[in-house]
Parts: sequence; C-alpha cells; structure tokens
Amino acid sequence: MSMELLTAVSVGVMTMASVYLMLRARMFSVLLGLTLLSYAVNVFVFASGRLRIGTPPIIGAQQTYADPLAQALVLTAIVISFAMTAFVVVLAIAAYTRLGHDRVQPDREELDR
Amino acid sequence: MNAQWLIVPVLLPAAVAALLALVRPLALQRIFSVAGCVALLGIAVHLLANADSGDLTVYALGNWRPPFGIVLVLDRLSALMLLLTALLALPVAIGMSGGEDERGPFLHAFLHFQLMGLNGAFLTGDLFNLFVFFEVLLLASYCLLLHGQSAGRVRAAWHYVVVNLVGSSLFLIAVALLYGMTGTLNLADLAVKLPLLQDGERVLAHSGALMLLVVFALKAAMFPLFLWLAPTYTNAAAPVAALFAIMTKVGIYAIVRVYPMVFGASAGDAALDLRVWLLPPALATMACGALSALASRRLSGVAAQLTLLSVGTILAVGALATTPALSASLYYLAHSTLAGALLFLVCGLVSAQRGETLDLLKRAGTLRQSQPTAILFLLAAVAVTGIPPLSGFMAKAMLLQASAGDAATAWIWSFVLVTSFVAILALMRGGIVVFWMGRSSQPSTDAAPTPLVGAALGLVVLVVALAMLAGPIKVFTDATALQMTDTQAYVRAVSAIGGRP
Repeated sequence: MSMELLTAVSVGVMTMASVYLMLRARMFSVLLGLTLLSYAVNVFVFASGRLRIGTPPIIGAQQTYADPLAQALVLTAIVISFAMTAFVVVLAIAAYTRLGHDRVQPDREELDR
Repeated sequence: MNAQWLIVPVLLPAAVAALLALVRPLALQRIFSVAGCVALLGIAVHLLANADSGDLTVYALGNWRPPFGIVLVLDRLSALMLLLTALLALPVAIGMSGGEDERGPFLHAFLHFQLMGLNGAFLTGDLFNLFVFFEVLLLASYCLLLHGQSAGRVRAAWHYVVVNLVGSSLFLIAVALLYGMTGTLNLADLAVKLPLLQDGERVLAHSGALMLLVVFALKAAMFPLFLWLAPTYTNAAAPVAALFAIMTKVGIYAIVRVYPMVFGASAGDAALDLRVWLLPPALATMACGALSALASRRLSGVAAQLTLLSVGTILAVGALATTPALSASLYYLAHSTLAGALLFLVCGLVSAQRGETLDLLKRAGTLRQSQPTAILFLLAAVAVTGIPPLSGFMAKAMLLQASAGDAATAWIWSFVLVTSFVAILALMRGGIVVFWMGRSSQPSTDAAPTPLVGAALGLVVLVVALAMLAGPIKVFTDATALQMTDTQAYVRAVSAIGGRP
C-alpha cells in the first residue's frame, strides 16, 4: 500500500510543479516544467503495468510475474522525451540568440513586425 | 496482395530521407526528393486499388501475432489518407525546389521524414505505435517550420513545440490509462476488451479515451486548442505551410479511426457519445476561424484561419457519425487539404514578388506577374470558399445534404453557410489589397520562382480532378464510411493473422 501511495503522490507533486513551471513566462522555466512533466508521465506509464516487488518480467519463472510491456513502453517514452528535451534546449538557445531575451510572450515591437 | 507492401510507405521515405541527408549537391537532392515522392505516389495508388476490394490487409511486424506484436492495417480510410499525402507531397517537393531549399541543407530530408511519420500514423493499428509515429512527424515538422531560422519562425516554433510536447505527455497518460484498464493497446483488441470492463474500470478507461480526444483535438486544432495554428502556418515557408495542410487532418484521422470503431455502438456499455464533445467545439472552431480570417494581417494568415475553418467544418459534420455524414466529411477533408495547400502556395507566390512587404495586407508595388498570380489566387479562393464549379462546391453541397434531417441541422447549416460567406469576404479583402491596390505602376523586380508556380498549377489540376471525379470518389468515401464503423470486420481481419505468439 505504501508503495502505491508514494508513487501516486510523487507523480501528482511532479505534475503540479511542472504545470506551475510551464505557466511561467520564461523559456527556461517552461523547459524545466516540460522535463518534470515527462518524468511524471514516465512513472505513471510504468505504474500502469501494476507495481510488484521482486518479480521478474518472465512467465513461468515464479508464481507471479511483472508486466514487461509497460516497461518496454516506458523505455520508448524515456528515449523520445529525452530527444525532445534536447531539441527544446537547442530551440531555447536559438530563440535567446535570435530574440535577445527568453521571455515566452512576444513584446509589442515583435508583434508589429 | 503481399501484405509486406504495407511497410513500404514507411520504409521508402525513411530510406530517401537518409539518402538526402548524405547527398550534398542541391540538384541531386531535388531529383531524389521528387523521385521519392513519385515512387510513393505509385505505391499509394497500388495500395488504394487493393483496399478498394473491401478486404483489410494486415501485416504483423516481425511476424509477432497481434495483440502481442504491432500490426499495420490497410483499409479504405488508410489508403485514402496515404494517397492524399502522396498527392500533396509531390507538389510540395517541387515547390521546395524553387529556392526555399537553398536556405539550409536538409529541407528535402525533413520532408521525407515527415512523410514517413504521416504514412506510419495512417497505417498503424496500435495506439502506442500511433504515438511513436506522431512524434516522428512532429519532430520533422518542428525542423521544417524552423527551416531558415528567422526570428519569427523561432518564436512561432517555440509555442508550437511546447504545446505539442505537452500534448504528447497527455497522449502517454491516456495510453497508460487505457493499457492499465484493458491490458492491450492494439485497436482491434481494445474493441474486444472494452465491453468486458467493470463499472469502476470503465470510468477510468473513459477518462483515458477522453484525454486521448483532447490530444487529437490539439493536433486537429479544435476549439479551444487552436491558438498554435495561425502563427505556425503563417511563419512557415510556403511549401512547408502547404504540407502542414495535412497535419491538422492527422488529428481528425486519429479521431475518426479510434472512436467510431473502438468506442462506437459495438462497445455496448462502454460506448462514448462523441457528439456532445465534438459538435459544440467544432462549431466554435468554425466561428473563430471565420472571424479571425477577417482580422488577419497577412494573406497567409487568412489561409491559416481558413484551414481552421475547414477543420471545424469536418469535425462538426463528422460528429453526427452517420454514414452519409462521415462520407461527406471525408470528401471535404480531401478537398480542403488540397485547396488549402494551393492557397498557401499562392501566398508564397505573392510574397516572393513583393520583397520586404511579403504577403502583408498593405499597399505595395504592383506584382511583376500580376495576372497569372491573380488567376491562381482566384482559382484557390473559389475552391476554398466553395463556389461552383470547383470541388469546394461539391464538398459543401455534400456536407449540407448529409447533415439534413438531424436535430443539429439548423446549427450546422447556418454555421457552414455564414462562415462560407465570411471566408469569401476575407479572401476578397486580401485579393483587393494585394492585386488591385498596387501603389505604383512600376512593377516589382522579383519574379516568382517557376517550380513554385508549377507546384501551384499541379494542385489546381488536382482540385479540378477532384471536382470532375466527384462521382467515383463519393462512391469510394461511402464505402469507406461503412467500413470505418464495421468493428467486427476489423477485429476479424486482425485476429486472423497468425505468427509467433
């Protein structure tokens, strides 16, 4: 029971923090928010295969077995979110050099252009 | 047909893209890119001819039996979307060769990566695989949008990328919820497992399904998740914006693929009535698109808002979920993709001839090739707004006919008719400012690149063909709409596949 509670709370807290960060007006905060959100999602996907301790993901090795598919899914999700985070970091740097600031909202001058 | 043909529309663009990333000379890149698109078109026609027999072709990747392995499924709907993508890709590849590809080395490679993602998304029969192909096509679209890296594009790309990354996270949460409840992500298997759920599980599965709807609505740019669309499409290069005309349709495809089949009438207690969730936002999308088109300050902005309008129209009529309504929305989907792409290419022709002014709706010098450009603009406008004789008229007539006799008929008819009128106003305003309010009699010096003109002409031919072949195409979309809701046939075809367990 305690493991389920811990997982659920950590997913919730990470999501909450990420939403707060993503709603801020600086690209760097948004970036951190996206990263946190992907952590929360990864743990959530992992938990969708049910939480079990000390069971191998192999049928027949023991009485119970862990779901290997959720683990495969989360592995794919980690790889993709890692690549996407790298892309966003590069994009944020490009935006900073092109625009001269890292504010998410365009200023008046940019809108008129 | 050998089922292995199904993997070709995914592998071919991947191979061409890898080749294009290695080849340096631009002339060679252009040849390979266009040749790749022609080959893709041939394959799409072959697959469509096979799908038209009414049989579903299923290919188990790696010979792993579904639901354990991933399957690719070809039915009429997938074949239609594949052909539409290939038909759009060819003019786009030609249009990109008009000088846009000189601004960075990998434009053609990104185009083919995007095609790989699109084709994969249209063929897959597995929800997680759909997520992966969404990511492939999104990553390619980020790079296509950023091509040239002007400040405007970087600004637009930031919002587009962040919004889509949040969307992808939601997609994963939804997929995990569905997997946690049913233990499967194969669409056919989901359709079998969903009716067996208990009450508590069904609530969670429904939350997952509706969260998935939010993600698809975001990709389709449905109200209130549409604000990313206009800056993205306006800032992208003209051929890229033309290619993006099919991006919103991926979201619509995902909705009509997943919901009528998995959460349709066959799901019993687990069925979801999408009408409540789709119809009001779709009508709001139409209103927002039409009003914003009037307020746009660029011609490509008008084109982007009209894309939004077409999305709203498809979803509003598609939400009725009757066979005639689905069929009419499919015809309109094909039409609006091609006509919208044509309008974006014409915007590119205009900006190429107006120097610094681009396609801003401001007075500037007369266009150098004013008359040919104006005729192309007129054809695009006639097609997009739905004036006879082009395919837009047929499509809208079908939409009105298909939505008659329903409780929501009055709403849909008044929205379709009024927004069409507003679209005409918006395009008239754009045309008058760009073509008739030339400040000087001295024409501008820049000519429009010939390949871009060729690409626009190609799309005109397609729009005319769509109008002339409306009869046979309607017969095909009727059959498609019937097949889309036939869950039993889909499940039978997928479960008949053998292979390793």
